[in-house]
Amino acid sequence: MSIFIDETTKVVYQGLTGSQGRYYGLLNKEYGTQVVAGTNPKKAGTDVEGIPIFATVAEAKEATGVTASCIFIPAPGVASAVLEAAEAGIELVVAITEGVPAHDEAKLFNTLRRDFPNTRLLGPNCPGLISPGKANIGITAGHIAKEGGPVGIVSRSGTLTYQALYELKQKDIGVTTCVGIGGDPVPGTSFIDCLEAFEADPDTKAVMMIGEIGGSAEEEAAEFIKNSMSKPVTAYVAGVTAPPGKKMGHAGAIVSGGKGTAAAKMEALRDAGVLVGENPTEAGDLMAKVVSSL
Amino acid sequence: MDLLEFQGKEFFASYGIPVSDGAAATDVEEAVAIAERIGYPVVVKAQVHTGGRGKAGGVKLAADGDECRTHASNILGLDIKGHIVEIIWVEKASDIAEEYYVSFTLDRSAKKYLGMLSAEGGVEIEAVAETNPEAIAKIHIDPAEGLDRDTCRQWVEAANLNPDATDGAVDILLKLFTAYVEGDADLAEINPLILKPTGEVHALDAKVSLDANSSYRHPEYAKYDETQPRDERELAAHAKGLQYVGLDGSVGVIANGAGLAMSTVDVVNQVGGSPANFLDIGGGANADVMAGALEVINNDPAVKSIFINIFGGITRGEEVANGIIEALNRVDIDAPIVVRLDGTNAEEGRAILRPALTDSLRMEETMLGAATKAVELAKTEG
Repeated sequence: MSIFIDETTKVVYQGLTGSQGRYYGLLNKEYGTQVVAGTNPKKAGTDVEGIPIFATVAEAKEATGVTASCIFIPAPGVASAVLEAAEAGIELVVAITEGVPAHDEAKLFNTLRRDFPNTRLLGPNCPGLISPGKANIGITAGHIAKEGGPVGIVSRSGTLTYQALYELKQKDIGVTTCVGIGGDPVPGTSFIDCLEAFEADPDTKAVMMIGEIGGSAEEEAAEFIKNSMSKPVTAYVAGVTAPPGKKMGHAGAIVSGGKGTAAAKMEALRDAGVLVGENPTEAGDLMAKVVSSL
Repeated sequence: MDLLEFQGKEFFASYGIPVSDGAAATDVEEAVAIAERIGYPVVVKAQVHTGGRGKAGGVKLAADGDECRTHASNILGLDIKGHIVEIIWVEKASDIAEEYYVSFTLDRSAKKYLGMLSAEGGVEIEAVAETNPEAIAKIHIDPAEGLDRDTCRQWVEAANLNPDATDGAVDILLKLFTAYVEGDADLAEINPLILKPTGEVHALDAKVSLDANSSYRHPEYAKYDETQPRDERELAAHAKGLQYVGLDGSVGVIANGAGLAMSTVDVVNQVGGSPANFLDIGGGANADVMAGALEVINNDPAVKSIFINIFGGITRGEEVANGIIEALNRVDIDAPIVVRLDGTNAEEGRAILRPALTDSLRMEETMLGAATKAVELAKTEG
């Protein structure tokens, strides 16, 4: 099993006709994802390599039965695109786009929680998610992940996620689902949402978590792990040496006033019984040990 | 993007928040002319991107033209924690009956806006939060709902301000909330918010940080951006579209992806070195991007060795390797380079790099191995 997506998930790409949407949409399709529709109000009736384009998500859903959407449109339109998908009854919306204003994200998150509690938003500013061998939605390089299990991955960082997938594959360890929640201040899906889903998934036996400096999401995750998780967790937190007050590329990766430091996060995770690696390789080695003792 | 006080006041004023009459000056005569126009006494305030201005002598009261001239000339050019004062703000001095604190920011954990209001303003709010947390009235505001007048009034009442300040405070708080949301601020803070003996409530200071992601809908951000403090290296990198943060070590770092770049900086530190920068070249790693990144690093005289750490995801190892070789043909690099290439088609990429390896271009298979080598080279070169 996997969490959030599998081989039956039908996906509409909002922005399939743009260069990024087209590139990754077709890659995802090639991977085996059911990429069955795209939307663009000006290009309804056309197609992208045989994938039909609809004017709206609602029309795409009506015609193809999609339950998930993937958003590749520019930042100014992301909030309304997510709401359009939610209004159409889409269950999982994956927003890849980076650079969405923080206030848009805050309003969007709370609007979804209030009006569309059945829609899960992943992102914005995330690499998407992959259930290896089943479906890949977003920009993760599918072939670097080994299918199967027993490990679930949840991460705030794109390239470090790739690194984790790759290291596990080198050690012949499979992954049920790998979720990139993104580095923005108000992510639609949190570490805890994913940990909860992995805890409930019978095929996931251990979880690898990749965090970053800034905010308190890792500390909250540590609290959840301590109280509600039976499965072993390993972790890595990037940004140990980041100077305070500097943004390191991600909107979320910023340390302010001594809060949200990597050291504090690692300590909270260790307190919760998590095996914390000092670098990505060590985190991979720790996971290999966990897997071999399962 | 953090605003200087005078920019924050302009920002507040554009949302109807009362601020003191004043203007910014860059030389002494301009400052005196402003003071003459608004009338004495005036306060002359250093405009720098750091706190502790008062203690450093950067805030002075002037009763007349002579005093204004003296203070302006002392403050201009003053070094406050490494920030040289180039702009001063001259404003009408205010009579103060009471000083309050108010701010709006995002509570990332609650995923809601957090408003904080305290009758104990004018001091570091962190100190109040520690010694007397009950003195801060906090409210969470649902971003999808906003803040209405009744809620705002209850909040003001909970903060125990002087009853004379209630109406004025409610009005300012609502305006500040509008400025925070519509102005796309990460932080909108007034400390102190003052009650004058005449009963008016007024913003005596302004601390505003804006969300650069929303600059596309705020043309006014361009003028705030001009006064941002910047490292020359950062300017050069941003001009090439690279994510760069200057640090003060000797190992130049190039990596693809913010997380990997951050992790690379960490690993350099872990093996006993000191990174010169954080540089994220993004997902791809073609010759243009790599050449641009190498140029930026090469122009930093502190760099003694360069660590290129690339993990191929969608981008294949061969493309990365060819990009590195082509970039090296275009740019003359002074410092030795250590490459770690992993991920998709890493072996093919390494095969392309292997014939090009010399003392000044080395390759290591692991991130730790490459970091160790780069640090060792930086120490020898240094």
